[in-house]
Amino acid sequence: MNRRKIIEENIFKFLSGFATYSLIAILAFIIIIIFVKGFNSLSIDMVIKTPKGGYYYGGEGGVLNAIIGSLDIAFGATFIAILIGMPAALYINVHLIRYKRIQNTIRYLLDALWGIPSIVYGAFGFTLMLFFGMNASLIAGIITIALLITPIVVRTFDEVLSTIPMGLYEATLALGSTKTETAFKIMFKQGFSGFITAVLLAFGRGIGDAASVLFTAGYTDLIPLYLDEPAATLPLAIFFQLGSPIPEVRERAFAAAVILTIIILIISLTARYFSKIYSKSNLK
Amino acid sequence: MKIMHLQNNETMTEQAPDITLKPKVTPPIIKINNLNVHAGQHHILKNINLEITKNKITVLLGPSGCGKTTLLKCLNKLTDLYTELRVSGKIFIEEDDILNTQKNVPVIRQKMGLLSQLPYPLPISIFKNVAYGIKLKGVRDKKLIEYNVEKYLREVGLWNEVKDRLHNSPTSLSIGQQQRLCLARGLAVKPRIILADEPTSSLDPISSKIIENLFRKLKKNYTIILVTHILRQAVRLADNVVFMYYGEIIEQGHSKDLFKNPKTEKLREYMLEGN
Repeated sequence: MNRRKIIEENIFKFLSGFATYSLIAILAFIIIIIFVKGFNSLSIDMVIKTPKGGYYYGGEGGVLNAIIGSLDIAFGATFIAILIGMPAALYINVHLIRYKRIQNTIRYLLDALWGIPSIVYGAFGFTLMLFFGMNASLIAGIITIALLITPIVVRTFDEVLSTIPMGLYEATLALGSTKTETAFKIMFKQGFSGFITAVLLAFGRGIGDAASVLFTAGYTDLIPLYLDEPAATLPLAIFFQLGSPIPEVRERAFAAAVILTIIILIISLTARYFSKIYSKSNLK
Repeated sequence: MKIMHLQNNETMTEQAPDITLKPKVTPPIIKINNLNVHAGQHHILKNINLEITKNKITVLLGPSGCGKTTLLKCLNKLTDLYTELRVSGKIFIEEDDILNTQKNVPVIRQKMGLLSQLPYPLPISIFKNVAYGIKLKGVRDKKLIEYNVEKYLREVGLWNEVKDRLHNSPTSLSIGQQQRLCLARGLAVKPRIILADEPTSSLDPISSKIIENLFRKLKKNYTIILVTHILRQAVRLADNVVFMYYGEIIEQGHSKDLFKNPKTEKLREYMLEGN
C-alpha cells in the first residue's frame, strides 16, 4: 500500500470510529445525567404509589398511575400494530412480489406516515375522538399510538423481508407451498430477527411519546381500570414535573425518566430472550 | 377365469404380429409445443418444441443467457413470479396442459422437485427441512414423518452425515451437504420430475461428483432435467441433450449421437470451446 492509501485508510478509520463512539458517548451521557439527577428522588414509593394530594408541589406519592398507563398504552398499541403490521409486511413481500411499482408506492406512503410528527397523530386521534363522541381515554391513547407505530412495524419488518433472497422464495413455492404457507412458515421465520427489532422500535416509540397522548389519553392520578377511563403516561408525567418551579419535583421528573428507561431496557432484553428461545424452537 | 384367460390368449395370438413389429415407445412425460417467452421487446424463448422422456436425464445445454433457466422455470410455473415475462404455447405434463389448466399451481409444482444453483435450506432444522415437504403432502403422523425423513436423507446419502445433528440449523452443513438436503426436501413431496438448474455450479468437485452419482441413481425413479453449461458434465450424465442458443433449440437428440456427430456449426463450436 502506498503512503496516500495508508493516510486515506487511517483518516476514514478515525472518522467512522469517532462517529460510532461519540454516538455511544452521547447515549451514555444522557443515561448518566438522568440517573445522577433523578437518583436522589428515586425510591420504592415512586413505583408503588400513585400521586397523593399536592404531589406536584412536592407532596407524597409516586408515578404508578403513569407507569401502568404507559405500559397499558404501549402494550395495547404494540399489539394492534403487530396485528396490522406483520401481515401487511408479509403481504408486501409475498403477494406483491411481482408488482414492484405497487410495492414501492406502498413503501413510499408508509415512509411518509412514519415521518409525520406525533402531534399530528395526536390531533388526528383527538378529531376521531370528537367524531365518535369519546372522552380522553386509554382506548383513544392506544388507538392513536397504534396509528403512530404501525408504519414503523411494517417498514422495519419489510426492510428485513425484502433482503430475503428470491431463491428461498422460489424454492419454497417450488415445493408446492401456497403463498400463505410461504409467508407464515418460511418468510416470517427467516425475517424473525427483523420482526423483533420492528416490535421493539415500535414499543420504544410508543411508550416514549408524549405529544400523541396529550389530547387522547389525557392525564389522571388514578390507575385506569377500564378502557374508557383516562390514563396517565410517563412522558407526560415527566413533562408536567419538569415544568415545576420546585426543584424537588423537577428531580422527580428525572426519576420518572429513569423508570421509563429501565422499563424499555427490561422489555428489550425480555423480547430478545424470547426471540432466542423461539429461534431455538425452530430447530427442534 | 379360465375363459378369460383363453380369451386373452386368443386376442394375444391375433394381435401378436403387430406387437412384435412395433418398437416399444414410452410416451414423453413432458411435451412442449410452440413455447414462447417474451420479456418486453426481448424474445427469450423462441418456438420451443420438445419432448422429455421418462426416467432419463435430459440435459439442457448451452451458453449462459440462452434461456435454459427460463425454460426450466416455465415447467414449474415460477415464471408467474415475474410480471415482465409473457409465456405462450403449451406445456403438457402427463397430458395436463399446465399453462392453460384450472388446476392448483401448488399441485402442479409438486410434480417437480427443484434444485437451484445455490442451496436454499429453509430457516428451520435439518429434520424439519425434510419434514416440511412430507407435511405438505398431508402426512401428520409423527412416526411416519420420522421414517420418511430418514428414508429421503438416506436416498441422497446424507443420513450418516447428519443423523446425530438432525436438530441443528442446516447452515451448519457444507454447501454440498446443503444441496443434498434440498434434494431430499424436494424428493419428500414425491415428485415425478427433478428440475436441476446448474446444481453443481457452487460446489467443489467432490460434492459435484456426489450429486452427479445421485442423479444416475435417481433416474430409475425420476425424470431428471438438468440445466448446465458444462459440456463435460453433459457428456457424463446425459441420456438426451437439448442444445440451446439465444432462446432457440439448435439441436437435440441422444447424447451419444449428438456429441459424436454434431449437425450444426454452433454445437461444434461449443464442443470445441468446451473441450
